[in-house]
Amino acid sequence: MLMIACPWCGPREQTEFAYGGEAHIARPADPDAVDDAQWADYLFMRTNPKGCHREQWNHAFGCRRWFNVERDTLSYRITSVYKPGERPAEPAA
Amino acid sequence: MTSGHRLAEGGRIDRLKPLAFTFNGRRYGGFAGDTLASALLASGVTLVARSWKYHRPRGVVGAGVEEPNAIVQLESGAFSVPNARATEVSLYEGLTARSVNCWPGPEIDFMALVQLFSGLMPAGFYYKTFMWPRRLWKKYEHYIRKASGLGEAPAVADASTYDKMNAYCDVLVAGAGPAGLAAALAAGRSGARVIVADEQAEFGGSLLSLGSAPLPRIGGRAAGHWLDAALRELRAMPNVRMLPRSTVFGYHDANYLTIAERRHDHLPLGERAGCRERIWRVRARRVVLATGAIERPLVFGNNDRPGIMLASAASTYVNRYGVRLASRAVVFTNNDSAYGSALDLYHAGIEVAAIVDSRRSPGGEVVQKVRDASIEIIGGSVVVDTRGRRHLSAVRVVQMDGERLTGRPRHIECGLLAMSGGWSPVVHLHAQSGARPRFDVARACFVPGEAIQGERSAGACNGTFDLESCMGEGAAAGAQAAALSGFVARATKPPAVEASAPKAQPLQPLWLVPSPRGVSRGPRQFVDFQNDVSASDIALAAREGYRSIEHVKRYTALGFGTDQGKLGNINGMAILARELGQEISATGTTTFRPNYTPVTFGAIAGRDVGELFEPVRTTALHAWHEERGAVFENVGQWKRPRYFPRDGESMHEAVRRECLAARNGVAIMDASTLGKIDIQGPDAATFLDLVYTNAWRKLAAGRCRYGIMLDENGMVMDDGVTTRLAENRYLMTTTTGGAARVLAWMERWLQTEWPNLKVYNTSVTDHYATAAIVGPRSREVLSAVCSDIDLSAAAFPFMSCRQGAVAGAAARVMRISFSGELAYEVNVPANEARHVWDALLAAGAANGITPYGTEAMHVLRAEKGYIIVGQDTDGSVTPADLGMEWLVSKDKDFIGRRSLLRPDTARDDRKQLVGLLSEDPSVVIPEGSQLVDDASASASAPVPMLGHVTSSYESPALGRSIALALVKAGRRRTGEMLLAPLRDGRRIRARIVSPVFLDPEGTRQNA
Ligand SMILES: [Zn+2]
Repeated sequence: MLMIACPWCGPREQTEFAYGGEAHIARPADPDAVDDAQWADYLFMRTNPKGCHREQWNHAFGCRRWFNVERDTLSYRITSVYKPGERPAEPAA
Repeated sequence: MTSGHRLAEGGRIDRLKPLAFTFNGRRYGGFAGDTLASALLASGVTLVARSWKYHRPRGVVGAGVEEPNAIVQLESGAFSVPNARATEVSLYEGLTARSVNCWPGPEIDFMALVQLFSGLMPAGFYYKTFMWPRRLWKKYEHYIRKASGLGEAPAVADASTYDKMNAYCDVLVAGAGPAGLAAALAAGRSGARVIVADEQAEFGGSLLSLGSAPLPRIGGRAAGHWLDAALRELRAMPNVRMLPRSTVFGYHDANYLTIAERRHDHLPLGERAGCRERIWRVRARRVVLATGAIERPLVFGNNDRPGIMLASAASTYVNRYGVRLASRAVVFTNNDSAYGSALDLYHAGIEVAAIVDSRRSPGGEVVQKVRDASIEIIGGSVVVDTRGRRHLSAVRVVQMDGERLTGRPRHIECGLLAMSGGWSPVVHLHAQSGARPRFDVARACFVPGEAIQGERSAGACNGTFDLESCMGEGAAAGAQAAALSGFVARATKPPAVEASAPKAQPLQPLWLVPSPRGVSRGPRQFVDFQNDVSASDIALAAREGYRSIEHVKRYTALGFGTDQGKLGNINGMAILARELGQEISATGTTTFRPNYTPVTFGAIAGRDVGELFEPVRTTALHAWHEERGAVFENVGQWKRPRYFPRDGESMHEAVRRECLAARNGVAIMDASTLGKIDIQGPDAATFLDLVYTNAWRKLAAGRCRYGIMLDENGMVMDDGVTTRLAENRYLMTTTTGGAARVLAWMERWLQTEWPNLKVYNTSVTDHYATAAIVGPRSREVLSAVCSDIDLSAAAFPFMSCRQGAVAGAAARVMRISFSGELAYEVNVPANEARHVWDALLAAGAANGITPYGTEAMHVLRAEKGYIIVGQDTDGSVTPADLGMEWLVSKDKDFIGRRSLLRPDTARDDRKQLVGLLSEDPSVVIPEGSQLVDDASASASAPVPMLGHVTSSYESPALGRSIALALVKAGRRRTGEMLLAPLRDGRRIRARIVSPVFLDPEGTRQNA
């Protein structure tokens, strides 16, 4: 079970959080300007990497805030935690 | 009570505290400090079980967690524990246990007949024989499981309670043997928060089993005195928590470990109170693993007779429990440690007939001590077979030259064979942490590999077997763990150990003793005692082409027992490696998964059982509903009245009465469970425009509007009425089950996609109680308790909201309707709900005001063709599919809009919501019925399915059955006949009609 440092509350047990999938999937600013394939890409396609992954988490049973986590999907090691709109502390390896 | 099997003195038992217990229906005696296993052995009971497959007689092999044979059903009824290891069961007064896996008992066992056919049961026997043909497996299975099963699950509810504890510490020490104690002392002295857990009742590990013979001295005093002092010091430290009878059974991510603490099982049933077991969920900055090692058995012919046990177990029974195991013993070994056991037996007055050592010329200090005791040492020899019916009577010893047996066999009579094939470090937790143990050829065992998490192994689990080095490693690991946690650990020299393990001669790997007649033809050489897996089974698996240890494990059942192969797995891997001509490191181990030892379901469930399993939500009017005899249904976590039966009424009759009251007079419903979200902020309207399909900016304050929300795929996910309370304030209602989901979903969009919008959402579902007053007489009833709101149709039109006092309570009254009738929803603070509700009922008494439940609500809304999200939709339904294009704005963006433009969502032959009228008006088509074309009646299956029935009721207002359905291109098919073929053979014909069955113009609700 992970220990996640909420940017607002500090380190808390994983059971307090909800997972939100890959981060930085921006909604097209003008949905009508993208074709169906691009829209489907936004809706469904995710990178699912082995290694460094940036993902959204929600402190569901705490402050209810969303934030981003950079995590190694192999070792489960968390390398960075940052707020929406921010970039990870260090460039991903 | 004494017996000839108990030594007159010595050990850690209290001979002044005799205890009586019952095993397989017979009464025996033991002493405080005994385990069930030691008490049985001291009572002369050596045949304790029958084996799993062949029902061979089996005795106690080990003295701890590794025991494969002495598995018992402990107690009965609510206190019953299946598959308890007798070696780990502390004896208490009145204990009752019986053998598992034998009937009527281990001495005369019916299934032992199966032994006669053992040659017919090779590896994979169950797969090959019983699983085929599949049809018959169902017949066999019951009998096979009964014959081969272990303990029985208790039939009655568990009488005990269980808890979970959360703990944080700087240093967690797993194991309180010499290495663990040294680590705990070093870490504790630094001030670090330490938890030290050990599975045994007493801390001390191997120190508890030391004999009088080569008694080591630690730090200048007897080992026992050092132990007492160490425990005293630890107890005195406020920063150290000591958990005896506590097994660290899981090592998970981020140094999260789980410990099962058994608090009761050593007490007589009558003295057990409070919590039986606790699961400790521990986050540790650093972990010191000091989990020790388990001695390996040797694999030779008929190595499973009662009377054959691990040399270390023999030492434990003699030294710790004062058991006189036999009058004559033989020791069989490939290493030095069993020489200590020989001396333990010798000093306890047991004649040691010989030590059979596979090494050609054993020598060294401990060997010399054995020679000094005039014990014969037979070097370069092995035990190849044993004799005895229900107990060992003799062993057969043959000289070994390389892998070849030579010379004449020699028989030695004995009642005990103490064996040692070396030691296997308990690397389980290390492996669970994600690390990979590696095979150390020099020490012939798996040792910890590179650490992945914050852990370090010390002592025997690190492949270090002499006492002084163990304690040195423990102290160093404890000090390092404290330092890495930010504490200053004083450099303390580990205590000097005198006369512990003199320089040992190396072990000679001996994974499989050569068989005089070959592995397949000779007597069975058991590798896994619990699952009756022998060396020939592994050889067969290899011959049949199995290469991976994981596959061989599953094919032969090696390591599948409740002991999870703690005793036999390493031997099995080595034998497989030999068969495959590989190095042991190439074969590797099977995966070490949590849990290290079985954990009870009770402990895992903890308090989350019964009514605490899931929260139950009730409205402020729940007590009233109960008084009125409501029948409840679960909607999400809510309890909602389904209907209110009067004396003798069936559900059908009650719902009919409730529906007619709403249509013809006045009825009242508790609608408090609908989700309510208070939405405020200057951008609230902008936000509502994004989450709803229709437009919200122009909605005037005091007006209500129905809206549907889509997910980004364009599918309907929730609906409800939202009211504009003020310029920048809205009150949104959601479905009862969707409230939390909708709030979380809106928050996610606001926080991650539109953080620039100034919008604040607050759940107010529980703050307000809602009474829906429904029917043509509703205005009359409400006006009797509400004088400051003009309720006239002109002043208070449909889909609007007014504030005022209802029965004196501040209320928001909304004129909205989920029934198609003139209706009002009165929202008051939850604390005033009962008062207002009572006043409304009193005001409506003359008009026969009728409380109704969710069932009548469903009928009323279906008559109007109003959907229920989740019943008439399923996550694949668009607004157009529901005929709600009129709700979809063309002038703005909203979540899901772009997806509605995809070719698939724009198709005109999608499943659409329609009404259905069965040809026979008295027939209610079952919900969920599949629908096919009427012409399919004569066609042969399969026929294309056109859709399914989503809602179906008898309508009291229409005097016939009605249904809603999703049907392919349904609206185009209006007027066509469909067929609902049912499982029971009925075929119901039904015509497609408009989903609005009643008052399509809406004159009633606008009245
Ligand atoms: Zn937080």
